[in-house]
Amino acid sequence: MTLPVLKAADFASDQDVRWCPGCGDYSILAQMKKVLPDLGVPREKIVFISGIGCSSRFPYYMNTYGMHSIHGRAPTFATGLKSTRPDLMVWVITGDGDALSIGGNHFIHALRRNIDVNIVLFNNRIYGLTKGQYSPTSSEGQITKSTPMGSIDHPLNPLSLALAAEGTFVARSIDAHVKHLGEMLKRAAEHKGTSLVEVYQNCNVFNDGAMAYAQEKKQRAENVVELEHGKPLIFGTNSDKGVRLVGNRLEVVNVADVAVDDLLIHDEKEPNPAIQMMLARMRYPEMPEPIGVLRSVEGVATYNDQINEQVQRAKETKGPGDLQELFTRGDTWEVA
Amino acid sequence: MTSNPNSSNPTTAKNVKTVSGITVRLAGDSGDGMQLLGTQLTNTSALAGNDVATFPDFPAEIRAPRGTRAGVSGFQVQFASEEIFTPGDQLDALVVMNPAAMVTNLGDLRKGGILIANVDGFNEKEFKLAKLESDPLEANVIEETYRIFKVPMTTLTRTAVAEHGLSQKVADRCKNFFAMGLVYWLFGRSLDTTLRFIEDKFGRKPDIAAANVAALRAGWAYGETTEAFGESFQVEAAATLESGTYRNMMGNQALAWGLVTAAHLSGKDLFYGTYPITPASDILHELSKYKNFGVKTLQAEDEIAAVCATIGAAFGGTMAVTASSGPGIALKAEGMGLGMILELPMIVINVQRGGPSTGLPTKTEQSDLLQCMFGRNGEAPLPILAPRSPADCFDIAIEAWRIATECMCPVMLLSDGYIANGSEPWRIPDLGSMPKITINHPAGTDLDEPFLPYARDEFLARPWAIPGTPGLMHRVGGLEKQDGTGNVSYDPANHQHMTNTRAAKIDRIAERIPEQDVFGETSGDVLVVSWGGTYGACHTAVKRCRDAGHQVSHAHLRYIHPMPNNIGDLLQSFKTVIVPELNMGQLRMLLRSKYLVDCVGVNKVQGKPFAVTELVDAIEARVTPQASSKGKAAVQSRAG
Repeated sequence: MTLPVLKAADFASDQDVRWCPGCGDYSILAQMKKVLPDLGVPREKIVFISGIGCSSRFPYYMNTYGMHSIHGRAPTFATGLKSTRPDLMVWVITGDGDALSIGGNHFIHALRRNIDVNIVLFNNRIYGLTKGQYSPTSSEGQITKSTPMGSIDHPLNPLSLALAAEGTFVARSIDAHVKHLGEMLKRAAEHKGTSLVEVYQNCNVFNDGAMAYAQEKKQRAENVVELEHGKPLIFGTNSDKGVRLVGNRLEVVNVADVAVDDLLIHDEKEPNPAIQMMLARMRYPEMPEPIGVLRSVEGVATYNDQINEQVQRAKETKGPGDLQELFTRGDTWEVA
Repeated sequence: MTSNPNSSNPTTAKNVKTVSGITVRLAGDSGDGMQLLGTQLTNTSALAGNDVATFPDFPAEIRAPRGTRAGVSGFQVQFASEEIFTPGDQLDALVVMNPAAMVTNLGDLRKGGILIANVDGFNEKEFKLAKLESDPLEANVIEETYRIFKVPMTTLTRTAVAEHGLSQKVADRCKNFFAMGLVYWLFGRSLDTTLRFIEDKFGRKPDIAAANVAALRAGWAYGETTEAFGESFQVEAAATLESGTYRNMMGNQALAWGLVTAAHLSGKDLFYGTYPITPASDILHELSKYKNFGVKTLQAEDEIAAVCATIGAAFGGTMAVTASSGPGIALKAEGMGLGMILELPMIVINVQRGGPSTGLPTKTEQSDLLQCMFGRNGEAPLPILAPRSPADCFDIAIEAWRIATECMCPVMLLSDGYIANGSEPWRIPDLGSMPKITINHPAGTDLDEPFLPYARDEFLARPWAIPGTPGLMHRVGGLEKQDGTGNVSYDPANHQHMTNTRAAKIDRIAERIPEQDVFGETSGDVLVVSWGGTYGACHTAVKRCRDAGHQVSHAHLRYIHPMPNNIGDLLQSFKTVIVPELNMGQLRMLLRSKYLVDCVGVNKVQGKPFAVTELVDAIEARVTPQASSKGKAAVQSRAG
């Protein structure tokens, strides 16, 4: 069967996009529309499910099936949908407040069940929709509308959390790094199991420049290390810096000072997430922050496959259900 | 003990007295096997052709401290040769395994009733645990009021099972089967069902199976051979049940089977998303057995996940159901509101328990009615149905799914702990003759014409277009939407229109449900209006009052929102309307506010169902005096 060739524009709904001018969400929307036609999945087989927040308006702008649900719960709707309709490609669109605060529980459980959905987490480290309160990923000491003396919450690291929940695909990208972002979305779509892509996304109204160190092209090379499977961790404007493992911690070295073999070679396929977890914990400014695929482990059974396999197996071993037989099984009696 | 009660109809040389019905309660420590004993007695009685009704009553703790009053677990069953609607008020017989069980249950035993006590459980240590100063069996008043049988059950059981070489602890555990055997003898029950049960349950442990059989037979033989019992009782088969094949059904089981049947009748697979909570968990346990029927069960991480996964499944086109009890329903409230504005069909079951908050988890109550009616933000009306008995759960599950799909909305089912754990005979339906539930998902199109996800049919229902269908791509969400297109809309007039439309959609269900039926006259002196699990007690009470000459009618609501169209006229046709509820007046509030009729409440929140006598008294207090003089005496003679 030949599928009609679709273009990015075919994935645009007829609704006006209403994010603030300059919002990082536009870039993520554009990359999604660009990536989807390449996946060969018809529009009617794709469903976007979101929670609440600026990012969560996303489904309205896609010409696919979609559900704008309730705060923090998007992974649960996706779980119910994917369990019953494994034929669909399901995307969860969420933000740092949505996924990690009110929805922290569901975020963990989607990952540990390895339900085959793709979670795109827009992380701008602030509450945008409710106008500027700090979020679970806001920095300590951050002054916001609700923290005039500075936030005293320790920030949550979405990648560490995902790895701790045994996530089988964990990646990070940046709204402004469009090519990389498109590649990460594509890799996520191709992964079988829960995929998480954290996207650094600028809120130019309430938290402008919070991640400029990673977003701005000039600064990015010095502050970000792009992970590639099987390649050493090298970064810097002149590719002159590297990351190596010394004992049980990572450190930055000058490439010139060490042998090439000394640098850490990235292994996204390693089932033991210990080193991936160490990468997830690298934070600016002490360390370069990793982007790319931290972990991509295939072959872990998905929840949707297993729930359907159990039904199939039950039908094979017990035969398809016969209600009339069920009704009359066991102790019955006749009344004349 | 040579008697061998093997036959289906054990005979006894002693005097057999035929009675129309027996109410018996078995009480002991939680862990003594009282629920098992009660279930066996129920099944055996049902198979003997009696009408049966049961009421299990157990503590919330898994193993409450043994020997204490808090740890008493009881199981009550009424079996009768006439049609019955409740497990009975006063007990004809009470079996107690220890002093705590005796003192906490004796108040329900009628004067002259039979008290069988395992005297091995009556000693200083047990008196202390039950906070008693002396042996309650020795009190003179007890001797004078009841017919007491002191049976050393533990000792007799040890002797009976001695040859099977069990440890004393394991041997003692067989004593509930000894008690069972004795009860079976006393009421002329066959041992066959229980012998089969033992074989099924303990087949892999032949020594335990053999010991339990020995204990059961020893109990029976004890009744047969000792001089203690002068007579036994026989309850003839019930003649009043509709002809057909029957089985005994518990409420939660019937709900589960009704859901699977509704899925079958509508050509759907069933998805059940839930989180464990008493007393709803057994629906999950039951449904998880039926994967070969296409049933998928999700034990979610919490109540919110459960309802939201259910909505996700409904969006995908599956028959989706979630269930909980009051506290869990509170957590599901936001999701239910979303299901309502998305206009997706699903079923939300609330198996009510005593509240508020954690309340009385293992006890029954009807106090979530207003929660289900109004417990969502915004104007979010939903249909509410309530089963009236364990067997009715089967039919109402199917009816709920019919309404949900015809109307495109979540439907709430209000069961309760009394219905969920109680049991009664269920007439097995002929699946082939049950009406199908027709569901039409709109077909796909190759064209890119805009699809209207909120276009409406004559019932105001929108199309159930499901992902995977070409050309019908659409987005739904919790934001207010423009009618027709479903696009987000903050237009003031549109919000009013959508609010009106959603309410009208629910109200119109009244046109497609049966008119309220009435037991008795449709106008007159007193109308009793009830809903849910109090059906049996209310019906029996009204029946007694009518038999006693009072002009009393009974209307039992299965459809609570919307109510049948004739309810207003009905209420206005009676001098007095009495509304008995196991809450402080929630249906009464709805009736008063909607129909402006001054209803009288009979309200109780004690974690216990109504006793028939309580309702008879309440009705009598309200009947017009001239009708009551003859009636009162008659009612008293039956109740006494």
